Amino acid sequence: MDSEDTQRASRSERVRRQELHLDGRDDLAARAERHPMDEMLREDRLPHIWCPGCGLGVTLTCFISALQKSGLDLDKVCVVSGIGCTGRVAGYIKLDSFHTTHGRAIPFATGLKLANPDLTVVVYSGDGDLVTIGGNHFIHAARRNVDITVICVNNFNYGMTGGQAGATTPVNARTTTTPYGNFEYPFNVSSLAAASGAVYVARYTALHVRRLEQAMVEALLKPGFSFVEVISPCPTGYGRFQQQQSGLETMRYYRDRGRLRSEADVHQAGIVLGGDIIEGKFVDLERDTFGQAQESGLKRAFDKPGRDGR
Amino acid sequence: MSSLGALQGEFFMLGDDACAEGALSAGCRFFAGYPITPATEIAQRMAYRMPQANGVYVQMEDELASMNAILGASWAGAKAMTATSGPGFSLMMENLGLGIMMETPCVVVNVQRGGPSTGLPTLVGQGDMMQARWGSHGPYSIIALAPTSPQDLFDLTIHAFNLAEEYRVPVLVMTDAEVGHMTEKVVIPPYDEIERAERKRPTVPPEAYQPYLCEPGEWVPAMAKAGTGYRFHTTGLTHDERGYPSTADERVHARLVQRLVDKIEQNRDRIVRTESMYLDDAEVAVVSYGIAARTALWPIQMAREQGIKVGLLRLVTVWPFPDQMIRELARHVRSIVVPELNMGQIVLEVERCAAGQASVTCVPHAGGGIHKPLDVLQAIRRAAGWE
Amino acid sequence: MSRREIRLSGFGGQGIILAGNILGKAAAIHDGKYATFTQSYGPEARGGACAAEVIIDDSPVHYPHIVDPDILVVMSQGAYNRYVPELRADGLLITDADLVETDEKVAGRRCLAVPATRIAEEVGRKLVANIVMLGFLGAVTDLVSVDALRDAALSSIPPKTIEMNRRAFDSGLEFGRRLIEEHTL
Repeated sequence: MDSEDTQRASRSERVRRQELHLDGRDDLAARAERHPMDEMLREDRLPHIWCPGCGLGVTLTCFISALQKSGLDLDKVCVVSGIGCTGRVAGYIKLDSFHTTHGRAIPFATGLKLANPDLTVVVYSGDGDLVTIGGNHFIHAARRNVDITVICVNNFNYGMTGGQAGATTPVNARTTTTPYGNFEYPFNVSSLAAASGAVYVARYTALHVRRLEQAMVEALLKPGFSFVEVISPCPTGYGRFQQQQSGLETMRYYRDRGRLRSEADVHQAGIVLGGDIIEGKFVDLERDTFGQAQESGLKRAFDKPGRDGR
Repeated sequence: MSSLGALQGEFFMLGDDACAEGALSAGCRFFAGYPITPATEIAQRMAYRMPQANGVYVQMEDELASMNAILGASWAGAKAMTATSGPGFSLMMENLGLGIMMETPCVVVNVQRGGPSTGLPTLVGQGDMMQARWGSHGPYSIIALAPTSPQDLFDLTIHAFNLAEEYRVPVLVMTDAEVGHMTEKVVIPPYDEIERAERKRPTVPPEAYQPYLCEPGEWVPAMAKAGTGYRFHTTGLTHDERGYPSTADERVHARLVQRLVDKIEQNRDRIVRTESMYLDDAEVAVVSYGIAARTALWPIQMAREQGIKVGLLRLVTVWPFPDQMIRELARHVRSIVVPELNMGQIVLEVERCAAGQASVTCVPHAGGGIHKPLDVLQAIRRAAGWE
Repeated sequence: MSRREIRLSGFGGQGIILAGNILGKAAAIHDGKYATFTQSYGPEARGGACAAEVIIDDSPVHYPHIVDPDILVVMSQGAYNRYVPELRADGLLITDADLVETDEKVAGRRCLAVPATRIAEEVGRKLVANIVMLGFLGAVTDLVSVDALRDAALSSIPPKTIEMNRRAFDSGLEFGRRLIEEHTL
């Protein structure tokens, strides 16, 4: 993974620098005007590795804005990522941030949160990382209702390694490992989260930034396992096989086929090739978090006479 | 650190329970695990005891999750542990590497059973000793301890936490089904009398903090605690002193890997512990560890009664390997006998260090039981030239 | 005292494992000796047969398992059939009189029988047969002191059952002492 990672990163950076005619110039960030989000980014890590037209920058902007609006103490917010393009968010955001191994961000985040409940812990990763290799942790964290927020940027493929199919790739979609089309049925990730017990589930595309940002604020403030699925363009890895050569074309697709349906049954809101993308807040319910359940359960146990009390 | 929930006194205690109590006495307040024979009793004890000690017990969905959860907990400031056996240990390997790369103090207990694969769930083995050293991918060094009794398991679990804190590494307690499932007297000292190491915390302000920058002449950087305003970054990728990925510069990689190795290897003298018995006049030395070292004492005594000058070097610390000690031993004895409950793992290291100065023979055992005293006696007699 | 090896065996539910634990605890904690207790795990420990091994010594126990058992306690016919052949020739066999029928396999070894389960029923519940057996063991062997054994037993059982267990222990002890007297007379 690492060598591919590195190759991909350097290639993407090279493409970007060529396109922006940056070669030979000084540090861009140092010369740019100050931006309200600057203090939330590790400027010395920029430029980022994401390709032109990628939706990740948009999602990160929404996330930072959501953090700023949330009123949370940002010194207490931790971001945990796995591996993949989305996994790099942890490296760019200027918070306590952990770039872990492929698929394992959620259990790492679980340890962080349980060992210090004062932290706000956000897992920010991709579909391949969270629901393919890491699918088991995803469903169990939702079942356990551990108080973390999971943001899944779903671009239907493994972007960093060059556009392979995963557990979210729609039926018949062509990718570099499904050259004749994908013959597997994908996960409806929001449905998976809801079925596993998530107390908050929302899905928006990277085009619908106001709603996305609002969902992120709500998820951040929601006690329990909260989940936001972001449908996001990957022109380099995925779009090019679906007649969407640029991010802009994918954004147009979102504009044309995005359907705001918060009342929709999330389990019927699967994503098919060329079909509508159902968006909305699908789940928002109250359930004791793992920490709350543990605390009240232990109190009950220890208050009983004859037990070993604390 | 509060003494809340810590035991004190003399107990007739199961090895696995002693391990859990050792962890609590060391200040461990986070345990994540997954049931697996013969390590399950550690999880059970922790599930019962952690709430009494204001700590956290969580049963994860598998051993990959358990390993990652203790890493996360460690960054949140807790002393954290997981416990498993062979199959689970295999699952932990990738993220043991993450712990090494992120320099995360934690303790991983492997109550070894017979393998390969599902093998012998309830019966003993020592077949994971090389996996302990090399099981995760890439170059690194590691610390592994091998206890011989419930008391030793208690003591070495505390020691493992202290080493983990001091060197910012995952430390492995490589025990086995015999020791884990054995009940003996365990003395637990008062909480205040137990020596506990704590990780070094940064003293510089956040803007000056570099998570992987060491003080001159030191190998271990100060570790910030999540949520304290340092806003640090850490990654499993090769990284520079700022913790930032640096995946195109082999010099950065070399510097990092060298330090990860050096912080263990350059401190060997402080880390390595061995125990010797009857070695002063020995012509034959038994070199062993864990349960195999303990059970070798009987045949050693038998051989002594027969007039054979034989002694024991027990490796308390198996990794890093006590190279120098074996080199010297090989100069003073004619032969070395290495009983172990596998088909020959640590014997390879002994051979390497003996480098032909003394003959080295293994007393292999596939696991499922312990060496019969007469088998080891026979190997000693042969090594002494008596057979 | 030099190394002594004791195996207690029977079937699941008789409290064999607890009895082994108590014997080891009596020696290690209450009598200041060295003791190692192990039990059989694995398939053979399920659905029937059940065995505990205790090693007691004045010096540290290096080898944790039975090599040549000095004392064998059997509380089921199956355990008897399985373990008697391993008992050393000068070893002591102790059986539950009502549950085990001895045969030619005893082959001249010393053999004592105590109706532990029946006595347990008399003092309260069948469940405490293991404690009766420990009382008996305290009377007929010099492995540990009787006080150590009683203290270890009564500190290892639920507090609510202390009186019943004390009766069980003392009845087993009494039975053993009478038996010894009869033998010596």
